[in-house]
Formats: sequence, structure tokens, C-alpha cells
Amino acid sequence: MIPALEAKNINKYFREPVNFHVLKDISLHIDPGEFTSIMGKSGCGKSTLLYILSTMDTDYEGDLFINGQNVSQLNTDDHAHIRNESIGFVFQFHYLLSEFSVLENVMLPAKKLGKKSFEEIEHDAMEKLRLLGIDDQALKLSSRISGGQKQRVAIARSLINDPVIIMGDEPTGNLDSKNSDIVFNIFQELSHEQGLSLLIVTHDDDFAHRTDRIITMEDGRIIS
Amino acid sequence: MKFSVILSISKTHLISRRKQTVVAALGVTFGIGAYIIMMSFMTGLNGLLDGLVLNRTPHVHLYTEEVPSVNQPIHKVEKYKDQTKFVYSVKPKRKRPQIHNALPILDMLKKHPKVAGITPQVRAQGFYLAGQTQLNASILGVDVLKEADLYNLRDYIVEGSVLDLAANDKGIIIGKGAAEKLSLTVGDLVQIGTIEGEVFPLKIVGFYQSGLADIDDIQSYVNLKTAQRIIGESADYITDLNVKLLDMKNAPAMAKDLGKQFDVASVDIQTANAQFDSGTSIRNMISYAVSIALLIVAGFGIYNILNMLIYEKMNDIAILKATGFSGKDVRRIFISQAVIIGFFGGLFGLVLGYLVSWLISTVPFESEALPTLKTMPVNFETSFYFIGMIFAMVSTFLAGYLPSKKAERIDPVEIIRGQ
Ligand SMILES: Nc1ncnc2c1ncn2[C@@H]1O[C@H](COP(=O)(O)OP(=O)(O)OP(=O)(O)O)[C@@H](O)[C@H]1O
Ligand SMILES: [Mg+2]
Repeated sequence: MIPALEAKNINKYFREPVNFHVLKDISLHIDPGEFTSIMGKSGCGKSTLLYILSTMDTDYEGDLFINGQNVSQLNTDDHAHIRNESIGFVFQFHYLLSEFSVLENVMLPAKKLGKKSFEEIEHDAMEKLRLLGIDDQALKLSSRISGGQKQRVAIARSLINDPVIIMGDEPTGNLDSKNSDIVFNIFQELSHEQGLSLLIVTHDDDFAHRTDRIITMEDGRIIS
Repeated sequence: MKFSVILSISKTHLISRRKQTVVAALGVTFGIGAYIIMMSFMTGLNGLLDGLVLNRTPHVHLYTEEVPSVNQPIHKVEKYKDQTKFVYSVKPKRKRPQIHNALPILDMLKKHPKVAGITPQVRAQGFYLAGQTQLNASILGVDVLKEADLYNLRDYIVEGSVLDLAANDKGIIIGKGAAEKLSLTVGDLVQIGTIEGEVFPLKIVGFYQSGLADIDDIQSYVNLKTAQRIIGESADYITDLNVKLLDMKNAPAMAKDLGKQFDVASVDIQTANAQFDSGTSIRNMISYAVSIALLIVAGFGIYNILNMLIYEKMNDIAILKATGFSGKDVRRIFISQAVIIGFFGGLFGLVLGYLVSWLISTVPFESEALPTLKTMPVNFETSFYFIGMIFAMVSTFLAGYLPSKKAERIDPVEIIRGQ
């Protein structure tokens, strides 16, 4: 079975303000359909690792495979395409385009991919919004909805191109426990029923313990 | 990816900050509008000034010069062949300044492929006689209809018409200045005295006003035949041949060729009006310099607004990149905004330019020099509108290029981490 994501001996240094070895020899792999969480103290390098795994950060040593393809040597345009097609990313802060409607925000990555007609994309986007229970907000400007709703829009957006893996950097960090539960259930459903892989950074113990596997980090290393 | 996706993003950006967009577009509008107005008015004026001199001047003028003969009789004496000879006080021989074989030359040049038209002229000196007054007169015998076609003679006839002259062998179109001095009106008879002492009565069929007092006080037009009769010469007596070429640029070469070929004196329009040409090009240069300056100002406006926009849109750029838009896509999003601003700003600039030019063209403008002109001269040439539009697009593209490049290079991780 080809892992959805595999990292081999990843090392990263920050050179400013002082030389700092932030990720030390990180190796990990995520199987298709696996729901994994990453835990660790603040500042241990979780976000940094996630930016590398999502191909946004290319300044590192080591090899990264997504769906079996080595992407460490590809150029930025190819990385953009991989992010568009195979990776969904959910930020801690709800990163939406504020001048666009909720529906347009969800549709944009699919329009960029250009594999479906406008009608299909619109239909799929509405499906994803319904899945997250916010289809009634579809036509609102994305700056006019609540924080929890924004977070769910971001998740809907990450799902629109049916990616191989979804990465989240504390996606429930700003949510109350009820909304946090809703998001967890959606993630679990996606991984168990649709075979979607998930890699979620979290500080929430309850959340982490309900996932299939916990990766613990300390000082730039994976310790378990 | 379809370009329409990029366009729809730029459109949303532009519409959601309407004020900035309008300000940026207005910069282009005023730049292009000013360009159109400047060019239309300046070239209109140039056309007017060209008309004053250039349109009335033949491209190549053939005539006979009264110069003393280089070969004096002594040069022909065999005995003194190898000696230096001094001849003092050489004068030109008194003879009529006729072009020999003018009629065959005329026929030949009519068929020349580079020639648009050719008019024969007979110059005669004489006097206007009225009671005790006697004024110098320069009578120009012309083929009046042809003259009107080739050299806009109609524009300078303030009373009567060229047809009246063409139909009347005893008619004359007299300079307005002379007519005033002699208190003559159209329909009166004017006596023309010749150097030989003969007197010809001619009927005034029109007034001529060039705007140059020296000419209007002296010159008058009659038919070719009339002029020949006044000086007592036959129908093959022609003093000047005025050639109009299809392309004015060929004038110097043609003047040289024709002068040599027919053994006559010749002068081309560029030599005759050298100072005029440079005036025209300087005025053109000024118009272009001012327009370009205006567009550069508009360009900086767009550059600033886009830079600001990109600064405000850092988050959007990071999101777009994180969700799979490439740097190139992001650059296209912003450059298309610049070009859209350029397109609409330019379009309105053309409309503005046209409207103001039209307004200027209705302003009354009376000129002694061009009696037929009633309003300001404005040139509604379509090429200005094409160039204006291209200008608008190119300058906004350049103004948008650097900010867009910056947007292309923005690192999404830096932005996301910065939150
Ligand atoms: N741009 C940077 N330049 C230098 N050092 C950095 C930079 N970004 C992060 N760091 C350092 O790298 C380390 C790891 O940062 P990172 O954001 O990955 O931590 P984290 O595990 O996500 O923490 P948190 O749980 O608080 O989000 C930190 O010590 C941080 O100070
Ligand atoms: Mg973090």
C-alpha cells in the first residue's frame, strides 16, 4: 500500500536571527484513511513541520513523498499544483478571502483545478457546505459569519478537490467544545468512510486521544 | 486553468475597493484625454499653419533664373585660350524669363508616375491704374481650376469664385489689399498698365486674401491666356511650372533631376520652407512630451494603488497560494487589474478627449490669414485614438508589472506564520 504521505530524514534550520536546528531527522508516514494527530509543547516545531509537509516551505533537507511521488525536488509551480489537487490545508486562523462569498471561497480551488464544469463545482461546494452544516450561509460574504462558521468553511474548502490528505494546524483551536466535537466527527467520518488521510496538529488531549494515532514531538524530534 | 477564474478574482478585488479603482482609472482617463486633446488641437493647428504656407507652395518649382552668362565672348577666342581673363561688370541679358519648351515639359510631367499634378503660370509685372493712383501689380496667369484643386486657392478667395474667373477671359481676381487701396468692388473695371505702356481694362470677378499683406497688396490672378496677352506673348510662353508630387519627400531629388533634365532653375519645398518644417516637428514633440509626462504621472498613481492593494491583500495572496494558485496566477490576478484599469480609464479618456476636442472645434476662431476658417482647427484623426488606447494599456501594464512581480514572490508561510 502506497502511503498517502511519507517523510524521510527531514532536517530544517532557521538561520535568522541565530542558526537554529528546528527539525531534527523527522521521518514519518501516513497511510490512506489514517487519522493522525501531532502533539507537542509550544515551539517544538509542529507548524514548521506541517508547512514542509504541505509543500509550502521548500527550504529543508530530506525527502518528501505524497501519494508515492517524491516532491522534494519539484519546482514551486508543481508544488502549487500538488497543493491544489492532493492536499487540503486548514489553518488555525480561518483564512478566507473576505471579499468573496462563502460559496465562492469553497469553489475557488476547484476552479483553479479546472477539472469540472462551473455547475458541478457549485453543486459539489454546496454538498461540502451541507456536510459541515453551513449551507444556509453559502451566499453570505465570508467576512460576515462567525469564527466557528469560518472554520467550517475553511474545512469545506479543503475538501472541495477530494484531496489525498488533509493537514490542519490547530483547526479547532478557536472553537468551543461543541463546535470542536462537530469538526472531529466530520474528520472521523471522512477518514473512515471515504478513506481520507488526516494529519492534525492539536493541543487538545481529548481530540488527540480519539484519533487513530498520536505523534508526539519534542524539541524538533519525533519521540513517539 | 481558465483565464476567467483569474478575471473573476480581479473583478472582485476591483469592485470591492471601488473608490481606489475609480481614482486610478481617472488618472489614466485624464492622461489619455489630455493626449487626445493635445494631439487633435496641435495637429489641427499644424494643419492650419501648413495650409498657410506649405499647401500653397509647389513641391517642385521650375523657373528660369536671370543670371549673367558664364561664357562671355572672350572665352570663345582661340588666341586667349590659355590665359586668365577678367571681365568686369557682367550683367544679365534683358530677356523674358521664359521656360523654353514649357508645353512639351508640361505634357511629359503630367504623365510622370510620381507627379500628382502640374500647373503652368505666367508672371507679368505691371501697375494697377485708377485715376491718379498707380500701384505695383504682379499679375499671375494661371490655369485657375487646376490651381484651385492643387493649391487650395478657393480657401483664399473671399468674394467671387474661381469659376467666375475661369469663365471670363477679361476677368481678374484682385488682392484684397490692392482693391481697398483703389476702392474697387467686385464687378468694377480695373486698368492694368504694362511696363511697355499699354493699358488693359479687366473686370474684377473676385477678391483674394492670403493673410500676408505684401502679397495681398500686389498680387492678382488672371487666366493664363489673359496674362500672355497682357505681355504680348504667344500661348507657349510660360514662366513657371509648379509641380505637386504624390509624396512630398521626393521633392529634393525630383527638383534636382528636373532642373538638370530640362535645364531650368528648380527649388523644392523643403529648401523653400526649411524653417517651417522644423516648427511643425517641434510642436509635435511638445505634444508628445506633455502627453507622456501625463501618462507617467497616471502610471505612478496606478503603481502606488496596486502596491497598496497588494500590501492589504497579503492574506489573500497567502490563501490563494496555500490552496494551489501558483505565483504566476497571482501575478496575473494583479496585472490584469492594472490592465483593466488601463482599459476602462483609457476608454473614458478617449471619450473625454473626443468631447473636449469637439467643444474646442466649435469655438469661433476668425483669422485674417485663413478667411474660410470660422472655428478652431481640430484634427479628429482616428490614429490618435488608437495610439491613445495602446498608450493606456502599455503604461498601466508597466505600472502593474513591478507590484505584480512582488505579489508573485510573496512567501505564504511568512504571512501565515505572521498571524
Ligand atoms: N521564521 C522563523 N525564524 C526563526 N525561528 C523561527 C521562525 N519561525 C519559527 N521559529 C522558531 O521555530 C520553533 C518552532 O516553531 P513552530 O511555529 O513550528 O512551533 P509550534 O510547535 O507550532 O508551536 P505552537 O504550538 O506554539 O504553535 C520555535 O522555537 C520558533 O521560535
Ligand atoms: Mg504552531
